[in-house]
Amino acid sequence: MQAGTKLKIEGLSKTYKGAGGGENVTALRDVGIEIGDGEFVSIVGPSGCGKSTLFNIIAGLIRPSSGSVLLDGREPDELLGSVGYMPQRDCLMPWRTVLDNTTLGLELNGVRKKEAHQKAMAEFERFGLAGFEKHWPAKLSGGMKQRAALLRTFLAGRDVMLLDEPFGALDALTRANMQEWLLDVWQEDRKTILFVTHDVEEAIYLSDRVYVMSGRPGRVSLCVDVTLPRPRKAEVSMSPEFLLLKQKLLRPLEEAAAGGGAFYDDRPTLEEQL
Amino acid sequence: MFARGSKSRRIAAAVLPPVLFAIFVLAAWQLYVVLGDVKESTLPPPTDIAKSLWENRTMLIENAWVTIKEIALGFLAAIALGVGLAVLIRSSRKVERAIYPWLVVSQMVPIPAIAPLLVIWTGFDMRPKVIVIMLVSFFPIAVNTIDGLRAVEPELMNLLKTLKANSWQRFRKAQLPAALPFMFSGLKVAAALSVIGAVFAEWVGASEGLGYLVLVLNNQTATTEMFAVIFTLALIGILLFLFVTLLERLLLPWYYESRESEGEGLHLEVEEKA
Repeated sequence: MQAGTKLKIEGLSKTYKGAGGGENVTALRDVGIEIGDGEFVSIVGPSGCGKSTLFNIIAGLIRPSSGSVLLDGREPDELLGSVGYMPQRDCLMPWRTVLDNTTLGLELNGVRKKEAHQKAMAEFERFGLAGFEKHWPAKLSGGMKQRAALLRTFLAGRDVMLLDEPFGALDALTRANMQEWLLDVWQEDRKTILFVTHDVEEAIYLSDRVYVMSGRPGRVSLCVDVTLPRPRKAEVSMSPEFLLLKQKLLRPLEEAAAGGGAFYDDRPTLEEQL
Repeated sequence: MFARGSKSRRIAAAVLPPVLFAIFVLAAWQLYVVLGDVKESTLPPPTDIAKSLWENRTMLIENAWVTIKEIALGFLAAIALGVGLAVLIRSSRKVERAIYPWLVVSQMVPIPAIAPLLVIWTGFDMRPKVIVIMLVSFFPIAVNTIDGLRAVEPELMNLLKTLKANSWQRFRKAQLPAALPFMFSGLKVAAALSVIGAVFAEWVGASEGLGYLVLVLNNQTATTEMFAVIFTLALIGILLFLFVTLLERLLLPWYYESRESEGEGLHLEVEEKA
Protein backbone atom coordinates (compact mmCIF):
# COMPACT_ATOMS: atom_id res chain seq x y z
CA MET A 1 0.00 0.00 0.00
CA GLN A 2 1.26 3.45 -0.88
CA ALA A 3 1.88 6.11 1.71
CA GLY A 4 -1.03 8.49 1.13
CA THR A 5 -4.50 7.10 1.63
CA LYS A 6 -6.82 8.93 -0.71
CA LEU A 7 -10.16 7.39 0.08
CA LYS A 8 -11.04 5.43 3.18
CA ILE A 9 -14.37 3.86 3.91
CA GLU A 10 -14.97 2.66 7.43
CA GLY A 11 -17.75 0.60 8.95
CA LEU A 12 -20.20 1.61 6.29
CA SER A 13 -23.74 0.26 6.69
CA LYS A 14 -26.95 1.08 4.94
CA THR A 15 -30.39 -0.12 5.92
CA TYR A 16 -33.46 0.71 3.91
CA LYS A 17 -36.75 0.97 5.78
CA GLY A 18 -39.17 -1.64 4.59
CA ALA A 19 -41.98 -0.21 2.52
CA GLY A 20 -45.33 -0.07 4.30
CA GLY A 21 -44.10 -1.55 7.57
CA GLY A 22 -42.33 -4.38 5.78
CA GLU A 23 -39.00 -5.79 6.87
CA ASN A 24 -35.99 -3.55 6.80
CA VAL A 25 -33.46 -4.39 4.12
CA THR A 26 -29.78 -4.22 4.93
CA ALA A 27 -28.02 -3.31 1.71
CA LEU A 28 -24.55 -2.90 3.22
CA ARG A 29 -23.07 -4.13 6.47
CA ASP A 30 -19.80 -2.87 7.90
CA VAL A 31 -18.00 -2.28 4.62
CA GLY A 32 -14.40 -1.11 4.81
CA ILE A 33 -12.30 -0.13 1.80
CA GLU A 34 -9.05 1.77 1.45
CA ILE A 35 -7.55 3.30 -1.67
CA GLY A 36 -4.13 4.92 -1.86
CA ASP A 37 -3.36 8.00 -3.91
CA GLY A 38 -3.09 7.04 -7.57
CA GLU A 39 -4.23 3.48 -7.03
CA PHE A 40 -6.57 1.49 -9.21
CA VAL A 41 -8.89 -0.56 -7.03
CA SER A 42 -11.77 -2.76 -8.12
CA ILE A 43 -14.83 -4.15 -6.45
CA VAL A 44 -16.18 -7.42 -7.78
CA GLY A 45 -19.47 -8.89 -6.79
CA PRO A 46 -22.63 -10.48 -8.07
CA SER A 47 -25.60 -8.30 -8.91
CA GLY A 48 -27.54 -7.32 -5.83
CA CYS A 49 -24.46 -7.27 -3.59
CA GLY A 50 -24.87 -3.59 -2.80
CA LYS A 51 -22.21 -2.27 -5.19
CA SER A 52 -24.49 0.44 -6.50
CA THR A 53 -25.54 1.48 -3.01
CA LEU A 54 -21.88 1.68 -2.02
CA PHE A 55 -21.11 3.80 -5.08
CA ASN A 56 -23.96 6.15 -4.49
CA ILE A 57 -22.84 6.63 -0.90
CA ILE A 58 -19.24 7.39 -1.92
CA ALA A 59 -20.52 9.78 -4.60
CA GLY A 60 -22.56 11.51 -1.90
CA LEU A 61 -25.89 10.76 -3.55
CA ILE A 62 -27.27 8.84 -0.58
CA ARG A 63 -26.35 8.93 3.10
CA PRO A 64 -25.14 5.84 4.94
CA SER A 65 -26.96 4.63 8.03
CA SER A 66 -23.62 4.49 9.81
CA GLY A 67 -19.92 4.64 9.06
CA SER A 68 -17.82 7.22 7.31
CA VAL A 69 -16.24 8.12 4.00
CA LEU A 70 -12.90 9.87 4.42
CA LEU A 71 -11.22 11.81 1.63
CA ASP A 72 -7.55 12.65 2.28
CA GLY A 73 -8.02 11.55 5.87
CA ARG A 74 -11.02 13.68 6.77
CA GLU A 75 -14.72 13.82 6.19
CA PRO A 76 -15.42 16.42 3.50
CA ASP A 77 -17.97 19.12 4.29
CA GLU A 78 -19.95 18.03 1.30
CA LEU A 79 -19.24 14.64 -0.20
CA LEU A 80 -21.52 15.28 -3.15
CA GLY A 81 -19.38 16.82 -5.87
CA SER A 82 -16.05 15.85 -4.31
CA VAL A 83 -15.72 12.60 -6.20
CA GLY A 84 -15.91 11.98 -9.94
CA TYR A 85 -18.69 9.61 -10.88
CA MET A 86 -19.40 7.68 -14.02
CA PRO A 87 -22.71 5.82 -14.00
CA GLN A 88 -23.19 2.48 -15.68
CA ARG A 89 -24.94 3.93 -18.71
CA ASP A 90 -23.03 6.52 -20.69
CA CYS A 91 -25.66 9.18 -19.93
CA LEU A 92 -24.46 11.33 -22.81
CA MET A 93 -26.95 14.05 -23.61
CA PRO A 94 -28.29 13.38 -27.10
CA TRP A 95 -28.92 17.10 -27.66
CA ARG A 96 -25.27 18.03 -27.13
CA THR A 97 -22.41 17.37 -29.50
CA VAL A 98 -19.74 14.98 -28.30
CA LEU A 99 -17.51 17.96 -27.50
CA ASP A 100 -20.18 19.74 -25.47
CA ASN A 101 -20.92 16.52 -23.63
CA THR A 102 -17.33 16.11 -22.52
CA THR A 103 -17.10 19.68 -21.21
CA LEU A 104 -20.19 19.37 -19.00
CA GLY A 105 -18.21 19.25 -15.75
CA LEU A 106 -16.02 22.19 -16.74
CA GLU A 107 -19.08 24.18 -17.73
CA LEU A 108 -20.70 23.56 -14.36
CA ASN A 109 -17.46 24.62 -12.71
CA GLY A 110 -17.85 27.99 -14.38
CA VAL A 111 -15.04 27.53 -16.92
CA ARG A 112 -15.55 29.69 -20.02
CA LYS A 113 -16.82 27.79 -23.03
CA LYS A 114 -13.84 28.52 -25.24
CA GLU A 115 -11.37 27.46 -22.59
CA ALA A 116 -13.37 24.33 -21.81
CA HIS A 117 -13.41 23.41 -25.48
CA GLN A 118 -9.66 23.86 -25.75
CA LYS A 119 -9.08 21.67 -22.70
CA ALA A 120 -11.32 18.96 -24.08
CA MET A 121 -9.92 19.12 -27.61
CA ALA A 122 -6.45 18.51 -26.21
CA GLU A 123 -7.68 15.13 -24.95
CA PHE A 124 -9.76 14.02 -27.92
CA GLU A 125 -6.86 12.27 -29.62
CA ARG A 126 -5.93 10.31 -26.51
CA PHE A 127 -9.54 9.27 -25.95
CA GLY A 128 -9.91 8.07 -29.53
CA LEU A 129 -12.56 10.65 -30.33
CA ALA A 130 -10.66 12.92 -32.72
CA GLY A 131 -12.82 13.99 -35.65
CA PHE A 132 -16.06 13.34 -33.78
CA GLU A 133 -16.20 16.62 -31.86
CA LYS A 134 -19.25 17.95 -33.69
CA HIS A 135 -21.11 14.64 -33.96
CA TRP A 136 -24.24 13.77 -32.02
CA PRO A 137 -23.64 10.97 -29.51
CA ALA A 138 -26.23 8.83 -31.31
CA LYS A 139 -23.72 8.45 -34.16
CA LEU A 140 -21.00 6.97 -31.94
CA SER A 141 -20.23 3.30 -31.39
CA GLY A 142 -20.72 1.79 -27.93
CA GLY A 143 -17.00 1.96 -27.15
CA MET A 144 -16.73 5.57 -28.26
CA LYS A 145 -19.72 6.53 -26.13
CA GLN A 146 -18.02 5.06 -23.07
CA ARG A 147 -14.78 6.86 -23.91
CA ALA A 148 -16.67 10.14 -24.27
CA ALA A 149 -18.36 9.52 -20.91
CA LEU A 150 -14.95 8.75 -19.39
CA LEU A 151 -13.49 11.93 -20.83
CA ARG A 152 -16.37 13.88 -19.30
CA THR A 153 -15.51 12.31 -15.93
CA PHE A 154 -11.76 12.98 -16.42
CA LEU A 155 -12.31 16.61 -17.35
CA ALA A 156 -14.49 17.24 -14.31
CA GLY A 157 -11.13 17.17 -12.55
CA ARG A 158 -11.84 15.22 -9.37
CA ASP A 159 -8.92 13.32 -7.81
CA VAL A 160 -10.97 10.21 -7.19
CA MET A 161 -13.11 8.65 -9.88
CA LEU A 162 -15.81 6.05 -9.43
CA LEU A 163 -16.44 3.96 -12.52
CA ASP A 164 -19.51 1.73 -12.39
CA GLU A 165 -19.13 -1.16 -14.84
CA PRO A 166 -18.16 1.17 -17.68
CA PHE A 167 -17.53 -1.70 -20.09
CA GLY A 168 -20.42 -3.89 -18.97
CA ALA A 169 -22.51 -3.38 -22.08
CA LEU A 170 -19.72 -3.75 -24.65
CA ASP A 171 -18.95 -6.79 -26.77
CA ALA A 172 -15.95 -8.90 -25.72
CA LEU A 173 -13.52 -7.57 -28.31
CA THR A 174 -14.32 -3.88 -27.77
CA ARG A 175 -14.20 -4.54 -24.08
CA ALA A 176 -10.67 -5.98 -24.23
CA ASN A 177 -9.52 -2.99 -26.28
CA MET A 178 -11.12 -0.58 -23.87
CA GLN A 179 -9.44 -2.23 -20.87
CA GLU A 180 -6.03 -1.93 -22.46
CA TRP A 181 -6.74 1.66 -23.45
CA LEU A 182 -7.97 2.58 -19.97
CA LEU A 183 -4.78 1.22 -18.42
CA ASP A 184 -2.71 3.37 -20.81
CA VAL A 185 -4.67 6.47 -19.96
CA TRP A 186 -4.55 5.78 -16.24
CA GLN A 187 -0.80 5.05 -16.40
CA GLU A 188 -0.24 8.53 -17.81
CA ASP A 189 -1.87 10.63 -15.13
CA ARG A 190 -2.43 8.21 -12.28
CA LYS A 191 -5.75 9.32 -11.01
CA THR A 192 -7.25 7.36 -8.16
CA ILE A 193 -9.85 4.99 -9.54
CA LEU A 194 -12.45 2.85 -7.85
CA PHE A 195 -13.84 0.49 -10.44
CA VAL A 196 -16.88 -1.75 -10.14
CA THR A 197 -17.28 -4.84 -12.28
CA HIS A 198 -18.70 -8.32 -12.13
CA ASP A 199 -15.90 -9.62 -14.33
CA VAL A 200 -13.07 -11.08 -12.22
CA GLU A 201 -10.56 -11.09 -15.08
CA GLU A 202 -11.23 -7.45 -15.82
CA ALA A 203 -10.71 -6.61 -12.15
CA ILE A 204 -7.39 -8.48 -11.92
CA TYR A 205 -6.08 -7.11 -15.21
CA LEU A 206 -6.76 -3.49 -14.28
CA SER A 207 -6.29 -3.25 -10.53
CA ASP A 208 -3.74 -2.89 -7.78
CA ARG A 209 -6.19 -4.42 -5.38
CA VAL A 210 -9.50 -6.24 -5.69
CA TYR A 211 -12.27 -6.36 -3.11
CA VAL A 212 -14.83 -9.11 -3.38
CA MET A 213 -18.29 -8.28 -2.16
CA SER A 214 -21.02 -10.74 -1.39
CA GLY A 215 -24.65 -9.94 -1.12
CA ARG A 216 -27.55 -9.91 1.32
CA PRO A 217 -26.38 -8.02 3.19
CA GLY A 218 -23.58 -6.54 1.09
CA ARG A 219 -20.21 -6.90 2.76
CA VAL A 220 -16.56 -7.27 1.82
CA SER A 221 -15.70 -10.95 1.92
CA LEU A 222 -12.17 -10.81 0.52
CA CYS A 223 -9.42 -8.37 -0.35
CA VAL A 224 -6.57 -9.41 -2.63
CA ASP A 225 -3.53 -7.40 -3.69
CA VAL A 226 -2.64 -7.82 -7.35
CA THR A 227 1.13 -7.81 -7.61
CA LEU A 228 1.40 -8.38 -11.35
CA PRO A 229 4.02 -5.99 -12.72
CA ARG A 230 2.96 -2.90 -14.65
CA PRO A 231 2.63 -1.87 -17.41
CA ARG A 232 0.45 -4.89 -18.13
CA LYS A 233 -0.31 -6.31 -21.51
CA ALA A 234 -3.36 -8.38 -22.35
CA GLU A 235 -1.18 -11.55 -22.43
CA VAL A 236 -0.80 -11.29 -18.67
CA SER A 237 -4.13 -13.07 -18.33
CA MET A 238 -2.41 -16.31 -19.44
CA SER A 239 0.21 -16.18 -16.71
CA PRO A 240 0.06 -18.62 -13.76
CA GLU A 241 -0.05 -15.76 -11.23
CA PHE A 242 -3.09 -14.39 -12.96
CA LEU A 243 -4.86 -17.73 -12.95
CA LEU A 244 -4.02 -18.24 -9.30
CA LEU A 245 -5.52 -14.87 -8.43
CA LYS A 246 -8.56 -15.67 -10.48
CA GLN A 247 -9.09 -18.92 -8.64
CA LYS A 248 -8.68 -17.18 -5.31
CA LEU A 249 -11.20 -14.50 -6.20
CA LEU A 250 -13.73 -16.80 -7.77
CA ARG A 251 -14.03 -19.01 -4.69
CA PRO A 252 -15.84 -16.52 -2.43
CA LEU A 253 -17.97 -15.44 -5.37
CA GLU A 254 -19.07 -19.00 -6.01
CA GLU A 255 -19.71 -19.51 -2.33
CA ALA A 256 -21.74 -16.35 -2.28
CA ALA A 257 -23.73 -17.56 -5.25
CA ALA A 258 -24.30 -20.93 -3.59
CA GLY A 259 -25.07 -19.39 -0.20
CA GLY A 260 -27.43 -16.92 -1.74
CA GLY A 261 -29.01 -19.79 -3.60
CA ALA A 262 -31.96 -19.80 -1.28
CA PHE A 263 -33.03 -16.57 -2.89
CA TYR A 264 -32.77 -17.60 -6.50
CA ASP A 265 -32.26 -21.32 -6.74
CA ASP A 266 -33.34 -24.17 -4.51
CA ARG A 267 -31.59 -26.91 -6.42
CA PRO A 268 -28.83 -28.74 -4.51
CA THR A 269 -25.28 -27.69 -5.37
CA LEU A 270 -23.05 -30.04 -7.28
CA GLU A 271 -21.26 -31.08 -4.10
CA GLU A 272 -24.52 -31.91 -2.37
CA GLN A 273 -25.61 -34.00 -5.32
CA LEU A 274 -22.40 -35.98 -5.20
CA MET B 1 -36.45 1.01 -54.25
CA PHE B 2 -35.67 4.72 -54.31
CA ALA B 3 -32.00 5.45 -54.62
CA ARG B 4 -30.93 7.85 -51.93
CA GLY B 5 -30.00 10.51 -54.44
CA SER B 6 -29.85 14.28 -54.43
CA LYS B 7 -31.74 16.49 -51.99
CA SER B 8 -34.26 17.65 -54.61
CA ARG B 9 -35.03 14.06 -55.38
CA ARG B 10 -35.69 13.27 -51.75
CA ILE B 11 -37.99 16.29 -51.44
CA ALA B 12 -39.85 15.15 -54.55
CA ALA B 13 -40.24 11.73 -52.98
CA ALA B 14 -41.77 13.34 -49.91
CA VAL B 15 -44.05 15.84 -51.65
CA LEU B 16 -45.17 13.96 -54.74
CA PRO B 17 -47.22 11.16 -53.15
CA PRO B 18 -49.55 13.41 -51.10
CA VAL B 19 -50.00 15.81 -54.04
CA LEU B 20 -50.87 12.96 -56.38
CA PHE B 21 -53.27 11.57 -53.82
CA ALA B 22 -54.99 14.96 -53.47
CA ILE B 23 -55.34 15.25 -57.25
CA PHE B 24 -56.84 11.78 -57.34
CA VAL B 25 -59.39 12.61 -54.62
CA LEU B 26 -60.37 15.91 -56.25
CA ALA B 27 -60.77 14.27 -59.64
CA ALA B 28 -62.99 11.56 -58.17
CA TRP B 29 -65.04 14.24 -56.42
CA GLN B 30 -65.45 16.19 -59.66
CA LEU B 31 -66.48 13.10 -61.59
CA TYR B 32 -68.98 12.09 -58.92
CA VAL B 33 -70.64 15.51 -58.90
CA VAL B 34 -70.75 15.89 -62.70
CA LEU B 35 -71.77 12.36 -63.61
CA GLY B 36 -74.13 11.93 -60.64
CA ASP B 37 -75.81 15.25 -61.35
CA VAL B 38 -75.48 16.34 -57.71
CA LYS B 39 -77.04 19.70 -56.84
CA GLU B 40 -74.50 22.45 -56.27
CA SER B 41 -76.10 23.42 -52.96
CA THR B 42 -75.42 19.87 -51.73
CA LEU B 43 -71.90 19.32 -53.00
CA PRO B 44 -70.22 21.75 -55.38
CA PRO B 45 -67.54 20.47 -57.77
CA PRO B 46 -63.92 21.33 -56.85
CA THR B 47 -63.59 23.56 -59.92
CA ASP B 48 -66.40 25.80 -58.65
CA ILE B 49 -64.77 25.93 -55.23
CA ALA B 50 -61.50 26.96 -56.86
CA LYS B 51 -63.33 29.67 -58.78
CA SER B 52 -64.99 30.87 -55.58
CA LEU B 53 -61.65 30.92 -53.77
CA TRP B 54 -60.28 33.21 -56.48
CA GLU B 55 -63.32 35.47 -56.79
CA ASN B 56 -63.68 35.97 -53.04
CA ARG B 57 -59.97 36.24 -52.36
CA THR B 58 -60.12 39.71 -50.81
CA MET B 59 -62.91 38.78 -48.42
CA LEU B 60 -61.21 35.48 -47.56
CA ILE B 61 -57.84 37.08 -46.90
CA GLU B 62 -59.35 39.83 -44.75
CA ASN B 63 -61.25 37.36 -42.61
CA ALA B 64 -58.41 34.85 -42.60
CA TRP B 65 -56.16 37.54 -41.19
CA VAL B 66 -58.55 38.01 -38.26
CA THR B 67 -58.68 34.28 -37.58
CA ILE B 68 -54.91 33.87 -37.97
CA LYS B 69 -54.31 36.55 -35.36
CA GLU B 70 -56.69 34.79 -32.97
CA ILE B 71 -55.04 31.44 -33.59
CA ALA B 72 -51.53 32.85 -33.17
CA LEU B 73 -52.37 34.49 -29.85
CA GLY B 74 -54.42 31.52 -28.65
CA PHE B 75 -51.70 29.07 -29.62
CA LEU B 76 -49.03 31.10 -27.82
CA ALA B 77 -51.28 31.32 -24.76
CA ALA B 78 -51.79 27.54 -24.94
CA ILE B 79 -48.02 26.99 -25.01
CA ALA B 80 -47.57 29.27 -22.01
CA LEU B 81 -50.37 27.59 -20.08
CA GLY B 82 -49.46 24.04 -21.12
CA VAL B 83 -45.73 24.31 -20.46
CA GLY B 84 -46.30 26.36 -17.32
CA LEU B 85 -48.68 23.76 -15.88
CA ALA B 86 -46.31 20.95 -16.84
CA VAL B 87 -43.38 22.57 -15.06
CA LEU B 88 -45.56 23.34 -12.04
CA ILE B 89 -46.90 19.80 -11.88
CA ARG B 90 -43.43 18.29 -12.17
CA SER B 91 -42.00 20.65 -9.57
CA SER B 92 -43.29 18.64 -6.62
CA ARG B 93 -45.16 15.45 -6.01
CA LYS B 94 -47.75 17.18 -3.86
CA VAL B 95 -48.56 19.72 -6.53
CA GLU B 96 -48.75 16.90 -9.08
CA ARG B 97 -51.23 14.98 -6.91
CA ALA B 98 -53.33 18.07 -6.33
CA ILE B 99 -53.48 19.39 -9.89
CA TYR B 100 -53.03 16.52 -12.32
CA PRO B 101 -56.49 14.93 -11.86
CA TRP B 102 -58.12 18.32 -12.39
CA LEU B 103 -56.10 18.82 -15.52
CA VAL B 104 -57.70 15.68 -16.91
CA VAL B 105 -61.14 16.65 -15.61
CA SER B 106 -60.80 20.02 -17.35
CA GLN B 107 -60.93 18.17 -20.66
CA MET B 108 -64.33 16.69 -19.80
CA VAL B 109 -65.78 20.19 -19.84
CA PRO B 110 -67.18 20.87 -23.30
CA ILE B 111 -65.28 24.02 -24.18
CA PRO B 112 -67.69 25.12 -26.96
CA ALA B 113 -70.42 25.12 -24.33
CA ILE B 114 -68.56 27.54 -22.09
CA ALA B 115 -67.64 29.81 -25.01
CA PRO B 116 -70.89 31.83 -24.62
CA LEU B 117 -70.01 32.37 -20.96
CA LEU B 118 -66.65 33.72 -21.97
CA VAL B 119 -68.36 36.14 -24.32
CA ILE B 120 -70.56 37.33 -21.45
CA TRP B 121 -67.53 37.80 -19.24
CA THR B 122 -65.09 39.36 -21.68
CA GLY B 123 -67.14 40.83 -24.52
CA PHE B 124 -67.17 40.50 -28.29
CA ASP B 125 -63.56 41.38 -28.98
CA MET B 126 -60.66 39.00 -29.48
CA ARG B 127 -60.29 37.94 -25.86
CA PRO B 128 -62.93 35.16 -25.72
CA LYS B 129 -61.57 33.69 -28.96
CA VAL B 130 -58.01 33.61 -27.70
CA ILE B 131 -59.19 32.03 -24.43
CA VAL B 132 -61.26 29.36 -26.20
CA ILE B 133 -58.37 28.48 -28.52
CA MET B 134 -56.07 28.28 -25.51
CA LEU B 135 -58.48 26.06 -23.56
CA VAL B 136 -59.03 23.74 -26.52
CA SER B 137 -55.35 23.26 -27.32
CA PHE B 138 -53.30 23.49 -24.11
CA PHE B 139 -54.03 19.95 -22.93
CA PRO B 140 -51.88 17.95 -25.36
CA ILE B 141 -49.03 20.39 -24.77
CA ALA B 142 -49.32 20.00 -20.99
CA VAL B 143 -49.62 16.21 -21.00
CA ASN B 144 -46.78 15.66 -23.45
CA THR B 145 -44.49 18.10 -21.66
CA ILE B 146 -45.20 16.38 -18.34
CA ASP B 147 -44.22 13.06 -19.89
CA GLY B 148 -41.15 14.71 -21.36
CA LEU B 149 -40.04 16.12 -18.03
CA ARG B 150 -40.31 12.61 -16.64
CA ALA B 151 -38.30 11.14 -19.51
CA VAL B 152 -34.86 12.24 -18.36
CA GLU B 153 -32.65 9.37 -17.18
CA PRO B 154 -32.36 9.34 -13.36
CA GLU B 155 -28.68 8.44 -13.74
CA LEU B 156 -28.13 11.64 -15.68
CA MET B 157 -29.74 13.65 -12.88
CA ASN B 158 -27.44 11.91 -10.38
CA LEU B 159 -24.44 12.58 -12.58
CA LEU B 160 -25.34 16.25 -12.68
CA LYS B 161 -25.62 16.30 -8.89
CA THR B 162 -22.10 14.90 -8.58
CA LEU B 163 -20.96 17.66 -10.95
CA LYS B 164 -22.43 20.16 -8.48
CA ALA B 165 -25.32 21.25 -10.66
CA ASN B 166 -28.06 22.94 -8.65
CA SER B 167 -31.70 22.18 -9.28
CA TRP B 168 -32.11 25.03 -11.77
CA GLN B 169 -29.09 23.85 -13.75
CA ARG B 170 -30.37 20.28 -13.70
CA PHE B 171 -33.67 21.52 -15.05
CA ARG B 172 -32.20 23.72 -17.74
CA LYS B 173 -29.40 21.43 -18.88
CA ALA B 174 -31.13 18.05 -18.69
CA GLN B 175 -34.85 17.98 -17.95
CA LEU B 176 -35.90 20.74 -20.30
CA PRO B 177 -33.96 19.63 -23.40
CA ALA B 178 -35.06 16.04 -22.79
CA ALA B 179 -38.67 17.22 -22.67
CA LEU B 180 -38.56 19.26 -25.87
CA PRO B 181 -39.26 16.44 -28.37
CA PHE B 182 -42.29 15.47 -26.30
CA MET B 183 -43.42 19.06 -26.12
CA PHE B 184 -43.25 19.35 -29.90
CA SER B 185 -45.47 16.27 -30.29
CA GLY B 186 -47.99 18.10 -28.13
CA LEU B 187 -47.58 21.27 -30.17
CA LYS B 188 -48.46 19.46 -33.39
CA VAL B 189 -51.69 18.13 -31.95
CA ALA B 190 -52.42 21.54 -30.46
CA ALA B 191 -51.86 23.22 -33.84
CA ALA B 192 -54.71 21.23 -35.35
CA LEU B 193 -56.97 21.79 -32.35
CA SER B 194 -56.36 25.54 -32.31
CA VAL B 195 -58.06 25.96 -35.71
CA ILE B 196 -61.09 24.06 -34.44
CA GLY B 197 -61.09 26.26 -31.36
CA ALA B 198 -61.05 29.41 -33.48
CA VAL B 199 -64.10 28.32 -35.47
CA PHE B 200 -66.03 27.45 -32.30
CA ALA B 201 -65.15 30.75 -30.72
CA GLU B 202 -66.26 32.76 -33.74
CA TRP B 203 -69.55 30.89 -33.94
CA VAL B 204 -70.47 32.11 -30.48
CA GLY B 205 -69.96 35.80 -30.99
CA ALA B 206 -68.06 37.45 -33.79
CA SER B 207 -68.53 39.90 -36.61
CA GLU B 208 -65.54 38.85 -38.68
CA GLY B 209 -63.25 35.87 -39.20
CA LEU B 210 -63.50 32.64 -41.18
CA GLY B 211 -65.63 30.88 -38.56
CA TYR B 212 -68.09 33.74 -38.64
CA LEU B 213 -68.13 33.53 -42.47
CA VAL B 214 -69.03 29.83 -42.31
CA LEU B 215 -72.01 30.69 -40.13
CA VAL B 216 -73.22 33.49 -42.39
CA LEU B 217 -72.78 31.48 -45.59
CA ASN B 218 -74.54 28.52 -44.02
CA ASN B 219 -77.60 30.70 -43.43
CA GLN B 220 -77.53 31.66 -47.11
CA THR B 221 -76.97 28.03 -48.20
CA ALA B 222 -73.99 29.30 -50.17
CA THR B 223 -72.36 25.87 -50.16
CA THR B 224 -69.65 26.62 -52.68
CA GLU B 225 -68.48 29.66 -50.75
CA MET B 226 -68.61 27.67 -47.51
CA PHE B 227 -66.28 25.12 -49.03
CA ALA B 228 -63.94 27.92 -50.05
CA VAL B 229 -63.81 29.07 -46.42
CA ILE B 230 -63.31 25.52 -45.15
CA PHE B 231 -60.39 25.07 -47.56
CA THR B 232 -58.88 28.30 -46.30
CA LEU B 233 -59.25 27.16 -42.69
CA ALA B 234 -57.63 23.83 -43.51
CA LEU B 235 -54.79 25.66 -45.21
CA ILE B 236 -54.19 27.72 -42.05
CA GLY B 237 -54.08 24.52 -40.00
CA ILE B 238 -51.65 22.88 -42.42
CA LEU B 239 -49.39 25.92 -42.42
CA LEU B 240 -49.36 26.10 -38.63
CA PHE B 241 -48.51 22.41 -38.46
CA LEU B 242 -45.71 22.84 -40.98
CA PHE B 243 -44.42 25.84 -39.06
CA VAL B 244 -44.24 23.80 -35.85
CA THR B 245 -42.47 20.99 -37.71
CA LEU B 246 -39.99 23.44 -39.20
CA LEU B 247 -39.34 24.93 -35.78
CA GLU B 248 -38.77 21.44 -34.42
CA ARG B 249 -36.19 20.70 -37.09
CA LEU B 250 -34.39 23.95 -36.45
CA LEU B 251 -34.43 23.73 -32.66
CA LEU B 252 -33.87 19.99 -32.30
CA PRO B 253 -31.48 19.01 -35.09
CA TRP B 254 -30.12 16.19 -32.94
CA TYR B 255 -33.57 14.68 -32.51
CA TYR B 256 -34.54 15.08 -36.11
CA GLU B 257 -31.32 13.60 -37.45
CA SER B 258 -31.21 10.57 -35.18
CA ARG B 259 -34.89 9.91 -35.86
CA GLU B 260 -34.39 10.23 -39.58
CA SER B 261 -31.54 7.72 -39.68
CA GLU B 262 -33.60 5.29 -37.60
CA GLY B 263 -36.55 5.75 -39.90
CA GLU B 264 -34.45 5.09 -42.98
CA GLY B 265 -33.22 1.86 -41.47
CA LEU B 266 -36.79 0.77 -40.79
CA HIS B 267 -37.99 1.50 -44.30
CA LEU B 268 -35.07 -0.34 -45.81
CA GLU B 269 -35.87 -3.36 -43.70
CA VAL B 270 -39.48 -3.34 -44.84
CA GLU B 271 -38.54 -2.90 -48.47
CA GLU B 272 -36.07 -5.74 -48.31
CA LYS B 273 -38.70 -8.03 -46.89
CA ALA B 274 -41.10 -7.00 -49.63
